[in-house]
Amino acid sequence: MKPSRWLPLAAFALLAVLLAAGVWMSRKPDRDALPSPLLGKPAPEFALPVLHDPGYTVKLSDLRGQPFLLNVWGSWCVECRVEHPVLTKFAETKRVRVVGYNWKDEPADALRWLEQFGNPFMVVLSDVEGRTALDWGVYGAPETFLVDGKGIVRWKHVGPLTDEIIAKELLPLVTKIEAER
Amino acid sequence: MLSACLLLSFIASPAFAQANQQADAAPLQFNSAAEEARFHALTLQLRCVMCQNQSLADSNALIALQLRREVLDLMRQGKNDEQIKDYLVQRYGEFVLYKPKLEGGTLLLWIGPAVVLLAGAGVVAAIVRRRKSPGAPANGDDGQEW
Repeated sequence: MKPSRWLPLAAFALLAVLLAAGVWMSRKPDRDALPSPLLGKPAPEFALPVLHDPGYTVKLSDLRGQPFLLNVWGSWCVECRVEHPVLTKFAETKRVRVVGYNWKDEPADALRWLEQFGNPFMVVLSDVEGRTALDWGVYGAPETFLVDGKGIVRWKHVGPLTDEIIAKELLPLVTKIEAER
Repeated sequence: MLSACLLLSFIASPAFAQANQQADAAPLQFNSAAEEARFHALTLQLRCVMCQNQSLADSNALIALQLRREVLDLMRQGKNDEQIKDYLVQRYGEFVLYKPKLEGGTLLLWIGPAVVLLAGAGVVAAIVRRRKSPGAPANGDDGQEW
């Protein structure tokens, strides 16, 4: 056959493969999640007031020594309510310290939310302005970071945590971090 | 029927869409026309991290609102455009730039279109040359139905 006959067919097949690959790659529910440039780098320094005791400030260095999970949430965030039971179940295993990061929220609303649904956090930091969250590259809630004992960001998840993500991604990494020490 | 229409118009109204967003309490104030022009030019080159097919200038997302303020703050601190872009890239990654830097990972983005264009030009050239080549029938079967 002449090339002019099969060339359009080949071009079409190539395009079809390209499209199929695009559809295949976009099947993941978290396809819009941005990779964090912080991974493997020291966590940005912060000093934030404690939600339950605004006179008291917690700094990043106060959390050094053991890994911790930083969970960004807000009382205005619908997905955070979906995530809440999962996070509570994980926090109760006491495997890793779970620190709450209350983002762009009125402290009164945040306190009421925790009272209503329960408080899974070891401590909740309050960032009403959201200025510190910019340093962490936070762009939505919920977002969850895993920071190791040396203060290095090891993992980030955008969107609500699920049992599956905790079992498949978070726990193996925690085990790995513990083995490094 | 009327109530259904009213309900629909309510749902479609911009006021409803804004209900779950915080209203911008204080719109940005510019000191000069030059500052405003520079701000708009810069925010058009930056991508909103939340609504990922809008620029920072276009987006109404809460985070875009805050990042616009941040950009204006940085401008007033005397930072140049490159420094402001670097600031955002450090926090949100290369994704925030509509024009990614020329690096190994973005090489295909930069030269890909040129390669495709050249390949297309090559195909066209090959076809034209074959039609002109001596020995070929004056009326090739390629163009017959036209």
